Amino acid sequence: MFQIDFGESSETVVGIDLGTTNSLVAYMDAATPRVIRGEDGDNLVPSIVSLAPNGEIVVGNPARQMLIDRPDRTVYSAKRLMGRGIGDVQDELKLFPFRVAEGSEQVVRIQLGEKQFTPPEIAAFVLRQLKKNAEAALETQVTKAVITVPAYFNDAQRQATKDAGRIAGLEVLRLVNEPTAAALAYGLDKRKKGTVAVYDLGGGTFDISILKLHDGIFEVLATNGDTHLGGDDIDNLLIHIALEDIQSEWGEDLSIHGEAVQTLRRAVIAAKESLSFLPSAQMEFAFHGKTYHREITRELFDRLITGIVDRTLGPCRDCIRDAGVSVEQIDEVVLVGGSTRIPLVRSAVEKLFRAKPHTDLNPDEVVALGAAVQAGILSGTLEDNLLLDVTPLSLGIETMGGVVSKIIHRNSTIPASASESFTTSVDGQRNVLINVVQGERELVKDNRPLARFDLKDIDPLPAGMARIEVRFLIDANGILNVTARDARTGKEQSMDVRPMYGLTDEQVEAMYKASIDNAEADFHARQLAEVRVDADAILAATEKARQSDAYTDLPEEERQAIAKAVNELLLLYHGQDHLQIRSKIEELNAATMTLAENMMNAAVKGALKGTKL
Amino acid sequence: MAAEEICWKCGQLFSGHFCNACGAIQPPAANYFDFFELPPHLNLDAAELEKRFYALSRRLHPDVFARRSEREQRYSLDATAVLNDGYRALRDPINRAEYLLKESGFDIGEQKSNPVPPELLEEVFELNMALEDLRSGDSDAAPQLEDARTKFVAMREHIDRDLSAKFAAYDESESRELLTEIRGVLNRRRYVRNLVNEVEKALSGYVPN
Ligand SMILES: [Zn+2]
Repeated sequence: MFQIDFGESSETVVGIDLGTTNSLVAYMDAATPRVIRGEDGDNLVPSIVSLAPNGEIVVGNPARQMLIDRPDRTVYSAKRLMGRGIGDVQDELKLFPFRVAEGSEQVVRIQLGEKQFTPPEIAAFVLRQLKKNAEAALETQVTKAVITVPAYFNDAQRQATKDAGRIAGLEVLRLVNEPTAAALAYGLDKRKKGTVAVYDLGGGTFDISILKLHDGIFEVLATNGDTHLGGDDIDNLLIHIALEDIQSEWGEDLSIHGEAVQTLRRAVIAAKESLSFLPSAQMEFAFHGKTYHREITRELFDRLITGIVDRTLGPCRDCIRDAGVSVEQIDEVVLVGGSTRIPLVRSAVEKLFRAKPHTDLNPDEVVALGAAVQAGILSGTLEDNLLLDVTPLSLGIETMGGVVSKIIHRNSTIPASASESFTTSVDGQRNVLINVVQGERELVKDNRPLARFDLKDIDPLPAGMARIEVRFLIDANGILNVTARDARTGKEQSMDVRPMYGLTDEQVEAMYKASIDNAEADFHARQLAEVRVDADAILAATEKARQSDAYTDLPEEERQAIAKAVNELLLLYHGQDHLQIRSKIEELNAATMTLAENMMNAAVKGALKGTKL
Repeated sequence: MAAEEICWKCGQLFSGHFCNACGAIQPPAANYFDFFELPPHLNLDAAELEKRFYALSRRLHPDVFARRSEREQRYSLDATAVLNDGYRALRDPINRAEYLLKESGFDIGEQKSNPVPPELLEEVFELNMALEDLRSGDSDAAPQLEDARTKFVAMREHIDRDLSAKFAAYDESESRELLTEIRGVLNRRRYVRNLVNEVEKALSGYVPN
């Protein structure tokens, strides 16, 4: 077999920011990262997915209107559900109108109309749109990507993101932590040495990372965060207040009304955004002929959101401590995420870090730009930069009494590994079960279960004689890989892996195949739509021509041929075969050729007649 | 230092992380001192270690091998894991000593099974009484705990000076008896460190009125 060492293919690797609220795709244009705009000219693709009544999947800006018109067929902020089971999304379900399908357990399933999708499939629709945008802009096929994730994402959430890439037909070369990506976008050619804090408050997640820069090496010292804290929480707070106002003014509870809540969400977001640069804003909302209006001042807004902003400060202090630096040693602070436009957030960060935060790059774009830089590093175009990231959560195994023994500590530089020896406790025992968890707590039950590894077919030996070496390795994506070996024989130890959350490889593969079928269906739907537009045009033109003198002047058989072609086209118009429709258009076109020529001649004559000599 | 081995790719003899003949990345050395090409000493030059860590990161990291064969990607992942694990173990003097003890065949006991060092028995008994008093709301115990903290912190500092001297002596002689002694001191240090932590935890939870 040939082993190709230098796969020097020039295929572009794109960088993708798969956000809670918005997603972006960027690429390296020579040495400069650039965001790719969609057909609509927008740099952002809203992370909204809708299943249109005709079965077509609609993504981004077109899906935004569906959020109001068809909330039962539309989903947003699905990133909040990535890699999570039904047991740990109960809080989200109270605040967000997710329609979780019956029977969801290890993986949540979202109901969109008559169909169900897992969060990775929803994310894959967004990724597919970004892929399409990139392919249109770069005029080449795109199959490789770097995708960003919140630094505080756990193993299951990372795996789910990787699965989403696979389902969308993208090979995910690397998952990069969002704040680290931002530092990469900022740090280029900026500073040789120093310590930088990245404060990233997005739509649904909060991350803080502290990095040491060292001649092109970006070394993360520590990271912290909250995967369920962001601008969405501010929106929900304001919506809650408005709903209470409306309840007392109108005597009506709109909270159960999906359409009303979505319209209100828009009003609230508009008010929140203008409060970033105005001293006061109006929350305005009309529904079923009634209107609600409330002025909200910056002062009141600040008071309302203080609690949410304060929730970011604890993780910041912990992160500074874990990084082993003092506040004074932090040279720069970088702000990332749309929510850092809020003045109160900026002043809180400034106060804590005692430094004026950097805001020169667009906080919406900086993560995608950084992902593109990492894509450049992986494709070998940026040789001097290197990212050394850490694992955000400790990895532990269950020991006696349900106590966790930590084997890889949080903030360890990745890749990181640990080896543990396991043995049997009963004569002739054939299986050993290893329970792996992620988190910082002492007891297994307080941490997040990650996977169970069942070492099986162990040689039957007296108790304590078997020795199985298990190697736990967290790769550069922050994802756990486990291998086991019989230390006596040196042979690979067989085991069953049961992830506690997430999809199996087979499920991901099946979803990928289904998504190709869907993509074909999408393609087919588009071709049908296009051919019908052409049919409409020629039918309208023919109809108009039939009123003209040129038509009455035609011989009888020509007029009959035209009528026949019109009828046949109308008959097939609502069918599903776009090729058949196309051929009928051609026939009608041929049948009306003489008519068109005669009309043209008449028009020219008419024009000449009217010309003054 | 790593022994000479045969390159998986070209079959030439080599030593180190890459083949001298064809440049291919090789499976990593398992021992951290070998991996960093440093002598197995208890006192290490921290700046030199850091320099090697960055230099090796640039050459071995999976990002550099993203477009290489699957086998080279696997070696890069393995090597970088050893690099990072080794850097964590060697950069801290206590972790480094524990690593060297383990590699030299010493069983470094878990802290839970550590017996109270005999010379500390009385102190620990009194400390536990004071901790108990404070937890049951007797604030009179606080000054006593402050004293205990000062005493234990001083004890830890004394231990660290002792260790540092023993480290230097070991690096000179590489004597196994010294390692046995060092293991004893490390156990005592761990015990004292846990005491300091416990006292600090008790005192930080206590708010004087
Ligand atoms: Zn070679």
